[in-house]
Amino acid sequence: VGGLLVSIFAILGDTIKPKSLAGLFGAAPSVALATLGLTVAKDGPYMASTEGRSMVAGAVALCLYSLTAVFLLMRWRLRAAPSAIVSLVIWFAAAFGLWFVFLR
Amino acid sequence: MLIKLDISAVQRTTLGEYGLRFLLGGLIPVITGVIARRYGPTVAGLFLAFPAILPAAATLIEKHERQKKETHGLYGEVRGRGAAALDAAGAAMGSVGLLGFAGTIWHFVSHHAAPLVLIAATVTWAVVSLSVWMIRRYRRWLRVQSPDH
Repeated sequence: VGGLLVSIFAILGDTIKPKSLAGLFGAAPSVALATLGLTVAKDGPYMASTEGRSMVAGAVALCLYSLTAVFLLMRWRLRAAPSAIVSLVIWFAAAFGLWFVFLR
Repeated sequence: MLIKLDISAVQRTTLGEYGLRFLLGGLIPVITGVIARRYGPTVAGLFLAFPAILPAAATLIEKHERQKKETHGLYGEVRGRGAAALDAAGAAMGSVGLLGFAGTIWHFVSHHAAPLVLIAATVTWAVVSLSVWMIRRYRRWLRVQSPDH
């Protein structure tokens, strides 16, 4: 199900123009929909609610990740793959930083 | 620029590239499930907004844009990087929508029917993301129109 949802959102992202609008689909909740659906079915809605609360921190981290990737691409002129991989450090730092401060 | 659908873009993506996205999309829920079992739902929830697909997508966009330029005998490095940056900027706006998605799940899923909450959360993501994108476009338009520009 996750693969299917990701593929649908990816096709939408590929076909829509302008590119900045298509980029919205890079942060589509495709994986989250599949995972939360499974969580509700297997572990109940309270577990899904807890995951949703943590996902707020993950989404803040994703925003910082994307902005870092833009910065590395445009200012440091890195290529897409190294920019995306180096920016993962920001995602992990922000996500686990927020988790440590607010959710632990 | 108007919003358009470019169906030919689907043909530029190879079956292997779609396969990679399908695989990643299937793998992340499994990994999140394993993390939830081992470290609990508060840690697992973080990974619902993990940029699993973005690195692959940005690399593909850069490659496609570069190839498009190079087929015309032009240097496509800058165009490819610019397209990847635009995609990442779009993802930053989409992640604001993802905040709305997560907040909707957090507040409503334990009190209402889960399928309805999932649909409402997806609609929230779409509305918030699109609104942020439109505000940004409007501000850019205003800047271009201003006499100081």
